[in-house]
Amino acid sequence: MAAGANLMNNDPILKVEHLSMRFGGLMAINDLSFEARRGDITALIGPNGAGKTTVFNCITGFYKPTMGMISMTQQSGKKFLLERMPDFEITRDAKVARTFQNIRMFSGLTVLENLLVAQHNMLMRASGYTILGLFGYSGYRRAKEQSIEIAKHWLEKADLIERADDPAGDLPYGAQRRLEIARAMCTGPEFLCLDEPAAGLNPRESQALNELLRSIRKDTGTSILLIEHDMSVVMGISDHVIVLEYGQKISDGTPDEVKNDPKVIAAYLGVEDEEVEEVIEQIVEIETKQGGQI
Amino acid sequence: MEYFVQQLINGLTLGSIYGLIAIGYTMVYGIIGMINFAHGDIFMLGGFAALILFLILTSVFVGLPVVLLLLVMMAAAMLTASLWNWTIEKLAYRPLRGSFRLAPLITAIGMSITLSNFIQVTQGPRNKPIPPLVSSVYNVFGISVSLKQILIMILTVSLLAIFWYVVNKTALGRAQRATEQDRKMAALLGIDVDRTISITFVMGAALAAVAGTMYLMYYGVIVFTDGFVPGVKAFTAAVLGGIGSLPGAVIGGLLIGLIESLWSAYFTIDYKDVATFSILAIVLIFKPSGILGRPEVEKV
Repeated sequence: MAAGANLMNNDPILKVEHLSMRFGGLMAINDLSFEARRGDITALIGPNGAGKTTVFNCITGFYKPTMGMISMTQQSGKKFLLERMPDFEITRDAKVARTFQNIRMFSGLTVLENLLVAQHNMLMRASGYTILGLFGYSGYRRAKEQSIEIAKHWLEKADLIERADDPAGDLPYGAQRRLEIARAMCTGPEFLCLDEPAAGLNPRESQALNELLRSIRKDTGTSILLIEHDMSVVMGISDHVIVLEYGQKISDGTPDEVKNDPKVIAAYLGVEDEEVEEVIEQIVEIETKQGGQI
Repeated sequence: MEYFVQQLINGLTLGSIYGLIAIGYTMVYGIIGMINFAHGDIFMLGGFAALILFLILTSVFVGLPVVLLLLVMMAAAMLTASLWNWTIEKLAYRPLRGSFRLAPLITAIGMSITLSNFIQVTQGPRNKPIPPLVSSVYNVFGISVSLKQILIMILTVSLLAIFWYVVNKTALGRAQRATEQDRKMAALLGIDVDRTISITFVMGAALAAVAGTMYLMYYGVIVFTDGFVPGVKAFTAAVLGGIGSLPGAVIGGLLIGLIESLWSAYFTIDYKDVATFSILAIVLIFKPSGILGRPEVEKV
């Protein structure tokens, strides 16, 4: 079969192979391999410090991985090796977008401008790198109207249309979260990485976020990779869950499979109360055998 | 009264030149938080480029219309200065961008010395005169306004309008403002941050070159050390107006020009620089962020 032809709907869009990231003596990610399938919402979960955000940083070019390969296959069959690309090309050419755990808005720009910045490359080309645009070139005017349409579309989706001309820094927290996702979508991504989008949201806001994510997947076919601690979000919307602990994958499967995996329960949810006493007894036994004191 | 208005006009002309240079300082500071001390020398280099082109044009095409001559001189100056500033940014500043804060600052001072010495060696250390190109003077109610002054002010205002439009209304300006606020995030939205920074340097240099051409035309002479004092004054103007703010740079420039010419008119000319910098010191004590600068408020 010719490369790139007949891409199935469920082929992997992102393939992470033997990824390792070392910071001095700390192995933040150790030989991690996983796949995210096209059109799926894949969740990356794990206890604090498991290396989830580091994985994101490697995918989006913030860090250069110590070892391993991250390949992204677009709908068209075009393949990109993300670990070799500078950060802005990952967004511009490979079509990967991301959001952050701590919101990074351009707070001095208006809400609308935040969404237009995300369409910068299209506008720059259309304006002949600003020069034609200054002379009122008609192609630029059309591109400008089109970019505003796209921005409006996402503002409506994110329920922010009334705040379009306010400075982004003035929005309440939940709205900034939605704006960040809308801004990422304005870059026209095929793969969207969301780092704890539900952090700090109240139950109603996280419900609205679920709706937004579902509609993104349904309407645009964008595949989503998600880091999340809020289990109602993870279990409610993801098709596929990957569990990390200490930089290694300990489980991989559907939400139900993962929920019942004993390793995950032990590592992520902790041991249950009755078992705690058993464990303590065992430790006491071992230590007395060795003649030590507690 | 007439004397006062006369000095006002002189001050505004001088201030326009300072303002144009100050924009380069303020834009570069805004986008990468660095003070490009070589900017004053880029201004001087622009003046020299204009002078060289003037000499070539007048010896090859005798009797060229003055307007055309000025336009070509200005374009050549803008091109040369932009190219130099672009190269300096690429070779000297970009490799140091991730380094500690003082590194690019020291490099900038080094580039400033390099540029002025380069001009000294290649163009000679003496004052270079240029014959007056535009010499008409109008008398309005006893105040004499030269055509040069009118030209300088019109040019400054129109360039400012274009720059204001580019920065506030175009995709390029939006990318510059976004890069200014969060460089990493801008890159993650697909903006080529390095190119945006290069363009900022080119824009600043183009304005400085226009200022250099006007300086040459206004004073009729240029010398290799001319980058220093006007450069420092323009930097003062940028700080006075609030560094990082585009309108601030212009207001700061005009203020410095006015202070200088009014002080020279009513007090002693020897102390005009002292007056300028004293006012800067006073403003910085009472309003450290400058006239239009936004104080950085840290949210806790």
